Amino acid sequence: MYAYDEIDRTLVNERVSEFRDQVKRRLSGELTEDEFKILRLQNGVYLQLHAYMFRVAIPYGTLATNQLRALAHVARKYDRGYGHFTTRQNIQFNWIKLAELPDALADLAKVGIHAMQTSGNNMRNVTSDQWAGVAPGEIEDPRIWSELIRQHTTLHPEFSFLPRKFKIAITASDHDRAAIKIHDIGLKLIKNEKGETGFEVLVGGGLGRTPFIAKTIKHFVHGRDILSYIEAILRVYNQYGRRDNIYKARIKILVHELGIEKFSREVEEEWQHIRNSSLQIDDEVIEDIRSRFTYPAYEKLPHMPDELRQAAADPEFEAWRKNSVAPHKVQGYSIVTISLKPIGKPPGDATAEQMDALADLADKYSFGEIRVGHEQNLALPHVAKRDLPALWKALDKLGLATPNVNLITDIIACPGLDYCSLANARSIPIAQELTRRFANHELANLIGRLHINISGCINACGHHHVGHIGILGVEKNGEEVYQITIGGRADEGAALGNLIGPGVKFDEVADVIEDVVEAYLALRERPEELFIDTVKRLGVEPFKERVYATR
Amino acid sequence: MTSPLEQKKIKIAGPSVVTANRTWDGIVVYRTAAKSWSADLSEAAIVRNSDDAKALLAESVADDVGAIGPYIAPVQVGVDGKVEPGNLREQIRRTGVTIGQPAQV
Ligand code: HEM
Ligand code: SF4
Repeated sequence: MYAYDEIDRTLVNERVSEFRDQVKRRLSGELTEDEFKILRLQNGVYLQLHAYMFRVAIPYGTLATNQLRALAHVARKYDRGYGHFTTRQNIQFNWIKLAELPDALADLAKVGIHAMQTSGNNMRNVTSDQWAGVAPGEIEDPRIWSELIRQHTTLHPEFSFLPRKFKIAITASDHDRAAIKIHDIGLKLIKNEKGETGFEVLVGGGLGRTPFIAKTIKHFVHGRDILSYIEAILRVYNQYGRRDNIYKARIKILVHELGIEKFSREVEEEWQHIRNSSLQIDDEVIEDIRSRFTYPAYEKLPHMPDELRQAAADPEFEAWRKNSVAPHKVQGYSIVTISLKPIGKPPGDATAEQMDALADLADKYSFGEIRVGHEQNLALPHVAKRDLPALWKALDKLGLATPNVNLITDIIACPGLDYCSLANARSIPIAQELTRRFANHELANLIGRLHINISGCINACGHHHVGHIGILGVEKNGEEVYQITIGGRADEGAALGNLIGPGVKFDEVADVIEDVVEAYLALRERPEELFIDTVKRLGVEPFKERVYATR
Repeated sequence: MTSPLEQKKIKIAGPSVVTANRTWDGIVVYRTAAKSWSADLSEAAIVRNSDDAKALLAESVADDVGAIGPYIAPVQVGVDGKVEPGNLREQIRRTGVTIGQPAQV
């Protein structure tokens, strides 16, 4: 866990009273909506179809149990009893009243939660690996650096009025769970030959209308130089970035237009001016942040406790364990992923009751800590293996033990036309239907790892470009039509998917996906060949033939 | 359902209303003939030509304290005079999400 200091607490509280005053003036008519809009966006308040939407930051996806309970409280008291976890380690409440928002913010502030950096053309919530600090083989806890950047950029004028929003993600593992290659800046913690900690820096990734995979701009930037290097990138962006055209304003467009070589030369030149400035980070600063992250007092536990051996006789437990439990860096412990993708329900939603109950379970079994990942699932990062059977039973009662992590029913979906005012088509009902089609666990297991991502418009909040199967909702003559891509991925081998053919209607989507999956099962060379690898080997053609031959 | 939020040219093809979200709580409302807002579509003022639509929108925009983000949305008027939303987006705004909410299922 990370302990905020007094500066953070004061800042958060000041923001709440400021916003309370702004809301009061808005409701009395003293502020027009035009004047108020930027203020509400700075506090995570959007307008959706049915109501205001309130987006709350969960920095680097780490939550303490009192914070999760506070989110449950907001869901219950000010909303309709649930919240939606998003792909950027935020949670959204869909039905909140403007008049009550200052109270909700005040309640969250008591536990150090806020909505800064969740909207607007500024530096957004810096995201990280949801297994940070516990993943085996990690260079070091990437949240230390996420926190450093968070502190440096929060409310910093230079990062508050950018040409467009700006997103950074950090990973410290070879397997990238933070999707760094689809961020404006992606940082990968590495060590150089001398054993010093630093970053490979990638730039210009992003989805939306014009998707790009980030490119490496520098192979090694020393940790102490990372702020000045980011600042140099931002300065080049601020100087050249297109403020005249919202569709061309993201850094990915600039990197593309200048070319990565010219862009990196410009950054290098800028960096040489500022690298030895006050932006250079003292070791003490990093040490201070490092010391604020606390880790549990792990016990010395056996690798294979009796409880686990006995429970292995239960096939349902085993199915869940094999699917949702991952190795921990400390012997005798595990990382447990909690699927928020129950069959037939909206992906990423959790009720207030589930949040409260999960907080209790985290207190009991995970040293009071919960994580939020970009796949819209949660995780308990420090579960003793001997507790796994008991935890599983408790999760199952809450509807939180669906053994489908990384399987075809573990779908990422944006809110789409059911909630979002920018949507062209619905996303959630498509996801619900697909989970019903593939509800059979044996079938899902037989298919193996397969990520379906769904967005309700080209803004791509549902990451459709990088889904193994991507589904994009568009509108044609007043009807919802869906374009299907295959071959995308969001991990270290990030790639954009390719269209398989003309769009299909709402009612046909699930049939088409079934066809794609059947084609894969027939085409794969052996059971271990993942969908994504079969697509890589064979291209789009055989899938296209299968889908469109009879349509 | 191309988002209507960027309406520039105002040209309507059939009966329309002005809709927005109420400022204090965000719920969906419709502009009424009595220059006020109602959550009930049947109370909405119906316009049938572009000039009337423009006027209704202008009046709605001016009432910024009452509701935000007003725009013109199509409706269908049945033979019995019953007013229904003219597209899926407006249908969803009127009747709510099509997916069941987790807290209720
Ligand atoms: C009312 C709700 C929302 C609105 C108005 C909204 C708006 C947008 C817009 C306009 C973009 C395109 C940005 C660009 O290309 O410059 C975007 C991208 C994105 N949004 Fe949302 N969004 C909403 C909900 C969500 C949700 C629920 C999630 C997570 C599930 C999300 C995560 C993202 C991500 C990850 C991207 C694309 C990555 C990138 O930045 O290129 N958004 N959103
Ligand atoms: S992808 Fe489009 S429809 Fe989906 S949440 Fe983002 S803006 Fe809304």
